[in-house]
Amino acid sequence: MAGDLKKVAYYPGCVLEGTGHAYNRSTKEVGKVLGLDLVEVKNWNCCGAMEVKNTDPKLQTYLSARNLSIAQGMGFDTVMAPCNGCYHNLKKAEYDLKNDPASVEMNERVSTKAGHPAYRAGKVETIHAIDWLKRAVGEEELARRVTNSLKGLKVANYYGCMYTRPRHIFPEKDKGPGSESTLRPHFMDDLLAAAGAENVEYPLKTACCGGAHALSDCDTSTTLVLNLLETAEACGAEVIATNCPTCHTGLEMHQVRADKVLGRKTRVRILYFTQLIGMALGLSARKVGVPENMSDPSDVLQAKGLG
Amino acid sequence: MPIHEKSLIRPENLITHDSLVIDGTDVSGHWSTFIKSRTITDYNEAMQDEIAALPGGEYIHRCWQCGSCTNACTVNAVNPDFNPRYWIYLIRTGMEEELLRDKDIIWQCVSCNKCTYACPRDVFPEGVMKATAHWLELKGHTAASPATHFDATFTEQILATGRMEESHTLRSFFKRTGQPLNQPWLVALVTGMAKRFPLFFMIRMGLAVVFRPRTRGWARTEGVLRDFVSQRRARNAAALGLDSKEGH
Repeated sequence: MAGDLKKVAYYPGCVLEGTGHAYNRSTKEVGKVLGLDLVEVKNWNCCGAMEVKNTDPKLQTYLSARNLSIAQGMGFDTVMAPCNGCYHNLKKAEYDLKNDPASVEMNERVSTKAGHPAYRAGKVETIHAIDWLKRAVGEEELARRVTNSLKGLKVANYYGCMYTRPRHIFPEKDKGPGSESTLRPHFMDDLLAAAGAENVEYPLKTACCGGAHALSDCDTSTTLVLNLLETAEACGAEVIATNCPTCHTGLEMHQVRADKVLGRKTRVRILYFTQLIGMALGLSARKVGVPENMSDPSDVLQAKGLG
Repeated sequence: MPIHEKSLIRPENLITHDSLVIDGTDVSGHWSTFIKSRTITDYNEAMQDEIAALPGGEYIHRCWQCGSCTNACTVNAVNPDFNPRYWIYLIRTGMEEELLRDKDIIWQCVSCNKCTYACPRDVFPEGVMKATAHWLELKGHTAASPATHFDATFTEQILATGRMEESHTLRSFFKRTGQPLNQPWLVALVTGMAKRFPLFFMIRMGLAVVFRPRTRGWARTEGVLRDFVSQRRARNAAALGLDSKEGH
């Protein structure tokens, strides 16, 4: 069901319209430079994020499935979601509608009442922005297109939770060489290496930033984030590359909070992986939305002549 | 029962005498510490079935107590009292009183799904944690946790407009939980942003606050979803033997 990834449906999700706007901007700009078409899913709704499932999991399945149904109606067999949460939820809806008759029944009933066709499993494949660049362009082509190499910028690749867990909703992962690993993911590492970064050995690639409780349980989140930041520094990283707006803002927010509340200052910078790739492709820092990040990474970028 | 040893040797369950002789044998001091004998008679036999009836708790019966969940747990590394394996054990054996000792931290599960990843029995411990947290609140053992307030604020916004706007969620949540918005770290964050953000971006965010983003033609869907949510609430309450109006 791979389809032609030169033109895919694009599901930005709520956060990419708000605090994660830099991720939205940089993803679109990178697509433009590489000649990839993104067509936004029309009149999309929230996927349910991490909260709606706690009200009821099937409500979240429906919310995500509605977006897949629209993408299908627009004639697409692939939808790309850059946010880990959205990506995870669309995948989860696909899994539930394939394996759980009760979810299928609920989705059919609610969709009919709401007046749109119900999504049925197997029609639209959900991919992450990482899969998109990896499969539509690939490392070799990306390396050829690089005009302003990251010049050995030391990067810790941080994938977070929702990109790999729980593994049963990602049937395409863990399929041996060439596929993504849920235990030690490497697709983002591969892309950034092709863009000229030096990836440091980072043991916390899939550790949790506490994003689900970033506001409701601040102290736990600050502890978890501080651990991620200090470990990245201990591994020699100058930058943490992120692929999720919740992780990204969580890291930025709790980096400030760890400093103000615990007096623990960290210097490592936080950038979306699409921002790094965009700058390697010759885009300016402004073009990939660096000024829209909450923390200021310009010292590290200027030292490398980036942006 | 080795799994339960820790609670048996809590300080309040230990007896040490400075000077005691029984039948001519000196049993004084630390070396002769006794463990209070204990008989449990108040097992809550309905607890497992009730938690299994809530969304997420369905597969609790599969657990064979290997401890992979606690071993993988993010929150356990921060707070050793956060112990999913132990709670599942208590729920399955019906030791409610023991479970209630931890009632104020169970909601802190961050949904990282490391437990679900590690579980060899597909118990979905993450779901069990959420079901247990809901059970505690529905039964009135705890007040709504900050996470429950956040989930409710968030879900309400999605039901109303189809989309989420962050500043609205943030403000509603702080208001609902009675927290001030002028916390020093939050102020530092916002002033830091204000200094750097391009003007058009500030305007854009400001507009989103005033004209909240919404999915077009959502009203019909909203009605259907609200019906669904209230049906599910009534169902959950009934499964716990509660009047449906008591739910949160």
